[in-house]
Amino acid sequence: MSSENDFLYILPELTLIIGALVALLIAGFKGKKSVGFVANFGLGLMVLAAIISFFLPAEVVRVFNGLVINDSYSIYMKILTLFGAAATLLMIKNFLQSRKLDQPEFIVLLIFATVGMMFMISANNLLTLYLGIELQSLSLYILAAFNRSSTKATESGLKYFILGALSSGMLLFGMSYIYGFTGSTSFDLIAQNLSENGSSMGVIFGLTLMSAGLMFKISAVPFHMWTPDVYEGAPTPVTAFFATAPKVAAMAMIIRVLYSPFIDISADWQQIVVFVAIASMVLGGFAGIAQNNIKRLMAYSSIAHMGYALVGLAAFSEAGTSVKAVILYMSVYLITTLGVFACILAMKRSGDSFEKISDLAGMWRNHPIIAISLTIFMFSLTGMPPFAGFFAKFYVFSAAVNEGLWLLAVVGVLASVVGAYYYLRIIKVIYFDESKEPFDKMAIELKIVLGFATIFTLIFTFFPSTLLELAQNAAQSLN
Amino acid sequence: MVAGIFFYIFAIFLIASAIMVISARNPVYAVFFLILGFFNATGLFILLGAEFLAMILLMVYVGAVMVLFLFVVMMIDIDFKELSKGFLQYAPIGTLVGVILLAEIIMVVGGYVYDAETVRSAAVPIPDVNTVSNLEAFGLLLYGEYVFFIELAGLILLVALIGAVVLTLKTGSKALRQDIATQVARTPATAIEMVSVKSGQAFSTNDTIKMNKRD
Repeated sequence: MSSENDFLYILPELTLIIGALVALLIAGFKGKKSVGFVANFGLGLMVLAAIISFFLPAEVVRVFNGLVINDSYSIYMKILTLFGAAATLLMIKNFLQSRKLDQPEFIVLLIFATVGMMFMISANNLLTLYLGIELQSLSLYILAAFNRSSTKATESGLKYFILGALSSGMLLFGMSYIYGFTGSTSFDLIAQNLSENGSSMGVIFGLTLMSAGLMFKISAVPFHMWTPDVYEGAPTPVTAFFATAPKVAAMAMIIRVLYSPFIDISADWQQIVVFVAIASMVLGGFAGIAQNNIKRLMAYSSIAHMGYALVGLAAFSEAGTSVKAVILYMSVYLITTLGVFACILAMKRSGDSFEKISDLAGMWRNHPIIAISLTIFMFSLTGMPPFAGFFAKFYVFSAAVNEGLWLLAVVGVLASVVGAYYYLRIIKVIYFDESKEPFDKMAIELKIVLGFATIFTLIFTFFPSTLLELAQNAAQSLN
Repeated sequence: MVAGIFFYIFAIFLIASAIMVISARNPVYAVFFLILGFFNATGLFILLGAEFLAMILLMVYVGAVMVLFLFVVMMIDIDFKELSKGFLQYAPIGTLVGVILLAEIIMVVGGYVYDAETVRSAAVPIPDVNTVSNLEAFGLLLYGEYVFFIELAGLILLVALIGAVVLTLKTGSKALRQDIATQVARTPATAIEMVSVKSGQAFSTNDTIKMNKRD
């Protein structure tokens, strides 16, 4: 049975849950007026949860009868997710009024989504994983459709919901096979069973179905169809959230599933990951070219980046270098994407938002600092040295090459050359196109996030050791 | 022996009603056959000694889900002839997908070996039926071993609740809201009107409209 000590290890989640319930009460009594306060409150909760996570003992502990696991991997990923969620919340809290999202429930749902992500990261049982995913996804479906007076937002919410439900179905179907053929839903017991008996047809079948469900959550090809439409249709603040924290949490969950219960049948899942990685990189590279809407472009960009991260995952090695590379990649992706969305959110003229790439024209003349930051992010996303994105890609590809997966590395580099076209096109539009009217003054919160992301992307090259060490620790605790 | 006979009765009726569910032309019949199917499945559960599961199946599926189904089927007018128009067009590819899926599932299930080791490594050993009642075994697992899941599922339900409210709640002048103050302030004088109706004549609707206008 569970002891009181167990609660210590889910203290960050508990903080968020209790805080969200309090926020819900405030929302119920105060109504729309309280949205600003609730946003600040939620931000405080996330920071508090991150601080608590930071001070959690980093040893490997299984709590609640082994349903949840705490190790330095889960701590690192949780802090990263919380950071992403908090930064998004910081950026969007001024936008809630103008976007008809001015209900405090918005913040409450965002907090619940974050709780779901944290349980996904620290799941040590198929059911914990599933419940975490559902908690996160259900909140995200609602957030996507939150602006219900907009048909586009409603459509995107409905689309996301139906496809998400389908992927949940596949995930559960796969889980039932895994349970039937290994006799357990616990990651430890599945791993034990697989190391003793090896894989069987049923396990592979279940693993494939489960991967399909999990890959949907990181929008990897061929389960990416929803991404561009949902990103475009959802209100921009929601899109900023979709592109950051949930992606990190879902990738963390995939790493956990593949490296913890299924580590002994890595040969079986490696093919799946290799295929998905190649398909995502290529599609993300080519399909982004034709986009005019910057949110759609970011959707294809995120598809491609998930492909690159999966390259590292496919390069399975006992030493944990591959996991380290993926963790690093996701950290850099998160921070760079936050920066890009800070710029997208700043694209406002007298209160109205713009999301066409052509609206960025001549930004260099009106807003040189934002323009330079956006340039840095675009170079980083392309993978140009000396920006952070280059090193992230470098570690991922070198992990692949070390394991002899030349094909992956070559396709990856070629796909990033193709993808460079659309990133560089944005830079061209910023500097060389006919200047348009200036945008509104940037909110201070956006400036904070933008400044942090810019500085990180710039100086990561010179001080990579701290983050590398943390990633290394996290990766090692998985084995 | 008796249990065996009942098993076959339940199983045959279950399969037969399942076939009827997908072949019935009238959707209302299909729903009723589904209910029949659930009743037979309940019988199978009782034969297995899982009386709690049996009752849950009856209450949740027949009592709640199927009633909802019936509501939906009876309320919306679906033209099934219209829906199945393109059926023949998609039949070949549909059959192909179905056959492949069937072959895969046969391969998977055919490869299943009843392994005593697997059963022993099950997450939670099944308690002896003679020592613990069905309900107790469930309760011990759900609220002891897996209480964490119950709490997490509760959070998901809460999110669903919040979502249902924020996505549908109407505010502003168009919303039809209950105004409690006005209701309480009504007196017999404003709420009731005495009308003398001549015998042999119906109370004309025109009078009602006039009355409402006066309010």
